[in-house]
Amino acid sequence: MVSFVARRIAKGIVVLLAIVVLNFFLIRLAPGDPALVMAGEAGAGDEAFIAQLREKFALDQPLPSQLAAYLGSMARLDLGYSVRQQMPVATLIGERLPATLLLTGSAFAISLSLGVLLGALAARRAGTLADTAITGVALLFYATPLFWVSLMAILLFSVRLDWLPSFGFETVGAGYAGLTRVLDIAHHLVLPALTLGLFFMAVYVRMTRSSMLEVSRLDFVKTARAKGLTEGVIQRRHVLRNALLPVVTLAGLQAGTLVGGAVLTETVFAWPGIGRLMYDALLQRDYNLLLGVFVVSSAMVLVFNLVTDVVYRAVDPRIEVA
Amino acid sequence: MDADTKRVAVAVRALSLALPEGGDRANAVDGVSFDLVAGEILCLVGESGSGKSMCAHALMGLLPKAVRPVGGTIRLGETDLLAQGDAAWRDTRGRRIAMIFQEPMTALNPLMRIGDQIAEMFEAHGMLTPRERRERAVALAGEVGLPNPELIVRSYPHQLSGGQRQRAMIAMALALEPAVLVADEPTTALDVTTQAQILALIRDLQTRRNMAVLFITHDFGVVAEIADRVLVLRHGRVVEEGPAAAVLGRPQAAYTKTLLAAVPTMDPPARPPLAGPKAVEVVGLTKTYVTGGGLFRTPRRTAAARDVGFTLHRGETLGLVGESGSGKSSVARLVMRLIEPDAGRVRLGDTDLTGLTGEALRQARSRIQMVFQDPFASLNPRRSVGRIIADGPVAHGVPPAEAMERARRLLALVGLDEKALERFPHEFSGGQRQRIGIARALALEPEVLVADEAVSALDVSVQAQVLALLEDLKARLGLSMLFITHDLRVAAQICDRIAVMRQGEIVELKTAGALFANPEHPYTRALLDAVPGRVRQAA
Repeated sequence: MVSFVARRIAKGIVVLLAIVVLNFFLIRLAPGDPALVMAGEAGAGDEAFIAQLREKFALDQPLPSQLAAYLGSMARLDLGYSVRQQMPVATLIGERLPATLLLTGSAFAISLSLGVLLGALAARRAGTLADTAITGVALLFYATPLFWVSLMAILLFSVRLDWLPSFGFETVGAGYAGLTRVLDIAHHLVLPALTLGLFFMAVYVRMTRSSMLEVSRLDFVKTARAKGLTEGVIQRRHVLRNALLPVVTLAGLQAGTLVGGAVLTETVFAWPGIGRLMYDALLQRDYNLLLGVFVVSSAMVLVFNLVTDVVYRAVDPRIEVA
Repeated sequence: MDADTKRVAVAVRALSLALPEGGDRANAVDGVSFDLVAGEILCLVGESGSGKSMCAHALMGLLPKAVRPVGGTIRLGETDLLAQGDAAWRDTRGRRIAMIFQEPMTALNPLMRIGDQIAEMFEAHGMLTPRERRERAVALAGEVGLPNPELIVRSYPHQLSGGQRQRAMIAMALALEPAVLVADEPTTALDVTTQAQILALIRDLQTRRNMAVLFITHDFGVVAEIADRVLVLRHGRVVEEGPAAAVLGRPQAAYTKTLLAAVPTMDPPARPPLAGPKAVEVVGLTKTYVTGGGLFRTPRRTAAARDVGFTLHRGETLGLVGESGSGKSSVARLVMRLIEPDAGRVRLGDTDLTGLTGEALRQARSRIQMVFQDPFASLNPRRSVGRIIADGPVAHGVPPAEAMERARRLLALVGLDEKALERFPHEFSGGQRQRIGIARALALEPEVLVADEAVSALDVSVQAQVLALLEDLKARLGLSMLFITHDLRVAAQICDRIAVMRQGEIVELKTAGALFANPEHPYTRALLDAVPGRVRQAA
């Protein structure tokens, strides 16, 4: 297992390097350069000023040396400097990443646990009213636009019932600390995490349900029954465990989108996450920031893929070292 | 066994099981009665759809939801099993009646260690402590002859061979020392040598523990090997019942006689030697599969074919026999060039098939055609039978109308009504589908037919018909045939010469008569010895 992980990490680093190079070139292919944009926003079209800007941010160097410089700083975990925000990219991302991971992570946990639970329930009661209700509700959340569900949730729980705050990461200016602050953040987290989680839940419900129905027809379930095991044990130990294999695959794929996948939710709930940072950077043609976000999310995808593979090997003994 | 000491373990009386409405008959099982006696093996024999498996499942309370008991009793001691509730059934299963299944590959949970699955038996009935359960699991693994019991209880099913898995299943079934063992085709999926070992194991354990065994099988060879008494089922009704020797030796019912007559014998009929022109010549065919491997790992090599060479004369049937993994199917695919060899040549008549590429290869393909094993999976369910047959000729440039006309003639040739043209594969039985598969292969007017386990999935009476059809067609159309099978009886009946394969090598190749009368290679002898029911043949 250790050598497997080591090998995967080595491969991951190679892939990451390729991604960095690729991203670097992709982004330079876009028309215009940041100096022009900055000059435009400053209201000055003066050639000398633009040249000065280019020199300051090394934009006048030939591409290869720009790339070499970028790779060099990348190795020192220096993601460059955001001209627009007047801040190092690493700092910007570092400020936003925890909020995003908190949001998408809890949404992921909610969708996975609730999805598997409801899917298993629906499979147990396949064809009954409970089954129809579960799959129906799951589909509803999946089919309804995310922002609409978010807005309705805000209307109901924030405006009408006044149970939950409608936006933000924490109460601004309250100066909470310690446990009070944690609770405050959790309070703010409930609505966005729930709406995002319910959206992703549908896929897990359907996957778990169909997978369990398929597994329950297999021979070893009959063997388990022939042992005289109770239905609960049969379902948990024999059916569910085997049915979870495709769910793990799916969860691994979704985990890859944890960093960048919540732009819409972050926007509606004014959540200070990385999705919005990326969106703004895109609009403002903030190259260094965009590159930084790309690299960080690519690294995250690689990490989550590795985690998925390790989990998969842990749950399925048939997978030899691959 | 003395009549006085016979103790009836289970008494089944007038058992009737209803099929859901719209089935081909009202009752899957109709008024079946039998006793399971301690220390005795009762074989329930019948073709597919005879209701034999339903009887077994009824004994375990594991009938499919759609099948309901509508009459009769199953008495185990004082209890009528059919009348008991879920909790009582759970107590009965495993503890008083245990069952082993047909497919050892799929009957074990792939994610659980063997030992845990055996120990689960005790857990299900709240017996012993976890530690004692583990110890018993090791002891049981030893008792059923699993190697390294300590180690094997910690392995997962995929790490075991088919025979070992079936032993693990048996260990599980025996864990709580049930009075009754139900075995549903437990050796059907196994190779012949493994089958012989498992049969001996069941026999041995049954004697030692004085169990009553209900053994379901479609194979009369197995019946002859293991049965004390036999019950022949047809369409859910008992056709004949009696001691094994009587039923097999002096069958009374016409159906039993037909069934027994359809079992191929191990005596190959005399066939004139063939030395005509060569239809296929195979020289030095080699194929090695490399799995795993990569930057950091040494790959695993499996030889599917090692320097395989043979000649198939025109009008001859050459059998390729061997156990699973012996490479016989790989050789068939190599000969057809469905996979590429690492080395060696295949000559088809005067053409070197190995050297052809592109259009020339495509044209040559019509000269050698295949009949597949599984009549259910090998026909496209969404195409009509006529199109399935006509597709090949159309692909080779025959006008569609003419190809359809040819399909019509071919259906008549394989003994099917021409109305079949418009119908779809699912409307036919297994035997009929195999006829369609043969018609499909013949549509391209090939010189050579490759039959890969073409009759293995069929019931014995249907098997006999399809074999007769193949023989007849071969003679009428002057075909040569490469016949791949694991069943030595079938090989004896249809092959002129037989090649025995092991681990990708042909270990012995001679005429069918010589092979059965005078096997030279030790492996051939082992194979022949393992064929069940040889004793009956000799008698």
